[in-house]
Amino acid sequence: MRLGGRVIFNGKGEGIALVSSNPMSFYGGVDPDTGRVIERGHELRGESVKGRVLVFPNGKGSTVGSYVLYRLKRNGAAPSAVINSKCETIVAVGVIISEIPCVDMIDITKIATGASVRVDGASVSF
Amino acid sequence: MHLTREEEALLSGAEGRAAQKSMQILVALGEIYGAKRLVRVTSVQVSGVSYKNLGDAGVEFLNELAKDGRARVKTTMNPAGMSLTDWKSQGIGSAFAKKQLEVIDAYRRLGLEVTCTCTPYLAGNEPRFGDHIAWGESSAVVYANSVLGARTNREGGPSALAASLTGLTPLYGLHLDESRRPTLRVDIEAPLESPEDFSAMGYFVGKEVKDGIPFFTRVRSAGLEELKTLSAALASSGGVAMFHMEGVTPEAGAGAGETEAIRFTSRDLSETEAKLNDEGSPDFVSVGCPHCSLAEVKTIAELLKGKKVTKEFWVCCSREVKRLSDEAGYSRQVERSGAKFATDTCMVVAPIEELGYGIVATNSAKACHYLRNGGAKVRFMSLEDCVMEATGRN
Repeated sequence: MRLGGRVIFNGKGEGIALVSSNPMSFYGGVDPDTGRVIERGHELRGESVKGRVLVFPNGKGSTVGSYVLYRLKRNGAAPSAVINSKCETIVAVGVIISEIPCVDMIDITKIATGASVRVDGASVSF
Repeated sequence: MHLTREEEALLSGAEGRAAQKSMQILVALGEIYGAKRLVRVTSVQVSGVSYKNLGDAGVEFLNELAKDGRARVKTTMNPAGMSLTDWKSQGIGSAFAKKQLEVIDAYRRLGLEVTCTCTPYLAGNEPRFGDHIAWGESSAVVYANSVLGARTNREGGPSALAASLTGLTPLYGLHLDESRRPTLRVDIEAPLESPEDFSAMGYFVGKEVKDGIPFFTRVRSAGLEELKTLSAALASSGGVAMFHMEGVTPEAGAGAGETEAIRFTSRDLSETEAKLNDEGSPDFVSVGCPHCSLAEVKTIAELLKGKKVTKEFWVCCSREVKRLSDEAGYSRQVERSGAKFATDTCMVVAPIEELGYGIVATNSAKACHYLRNGGAKVRFMSLEDCVMEATGRN
């Protein structure tokens, strides 16, 4: 399937989808060294975002979360691409400073964890 | 979004990588929030200064930007994780201090003023009515929109910095008249007699209004100290970026129309104050969230006269207010009691858990909120009671 969205940070990335139907907090929610989701009660808790195409509706929490994405990238633990329903400031700033391909305005209910997904600019195929 | 030729040039990297990265951030935010264009800003306040929040990645990012980035408008900065000069007497370790000074050095190279305060409006960064600005620091955002009548969204550290390095911000949200209208009327029935009462009231209303705009009516009077602590509380329990208050906000009531209304009663006040108190006896007392004004330092100096503190007591303020306090003789009176000035920093952004404090007494609902998030216990009390707590009621 092929879906079209809006480019937040232009680039190509592919990997196995890791999908959350809930918003994600990066500050305090994802371990910046390992990429593991550590937020208590979060559906992805225990999973690692490293090398995955990370799919979630939108970011939440502290704006310091942008720096966590940057730290993940520096530590080689960042997702290969990010797909959102509606991107907001924390994630947008985070993917831009970290140069992680990111697209939003995508119907994320169409994507299931485990699917092999490719992001290329505004296009998402799987 | 429409970009001028100069803006296109910045985006293409013609004026360096830091300006290009900044434009990428501003354009993406503009697209996300439906801005038609960018607008020039006259003033920036950058948040994300404490090493405690930035971490090593933040330091790396700032060093990267400092290679070719320069502030294009007046830009001040938030408090750091320690006093830049007296960190040793605060008990800060040298590893933390080294990283914190590296952050400050990067910002200095970027052309920022090393103000290290959450009250830029008390340190020479005073935008005028109608000015477009880009401020981080949620309490100062509320103060700027509501008291000064300048216009800013709630910026994060990188987006405020991006505005500084380009002199631009996307024109959306609180930059536009239609987004500055009140969404909830709050009739104040409780007698608000001190800044602490305003702090508790703001904490209550922030929860109710979430990211809306409250319109306060029937407030008898509110001065600088009341308004700054109200601003801080509203922005900590809720996502508030602006309020209206009769007699205070230049645009008070503009576009109010028929909004929902709630009351704030004496009972709400006492219940909110009670909820901000944990069990236990404080081992640390700190005032100045937001940073103390000169008048507050004067009051503290008078309250401390002839007394000695028996607990660690921090008076948090900007270096600007500290300098004025030195000249007025207040600093000597404060320090003679054994109390310490925490200039450039505060109890929220300093690594107080590493300093070994567990229960903090303070007169700020905002401080209570963030200290609790950080795992500490809190006691909320008036400025007078804070001084009494610190001096052991002697």
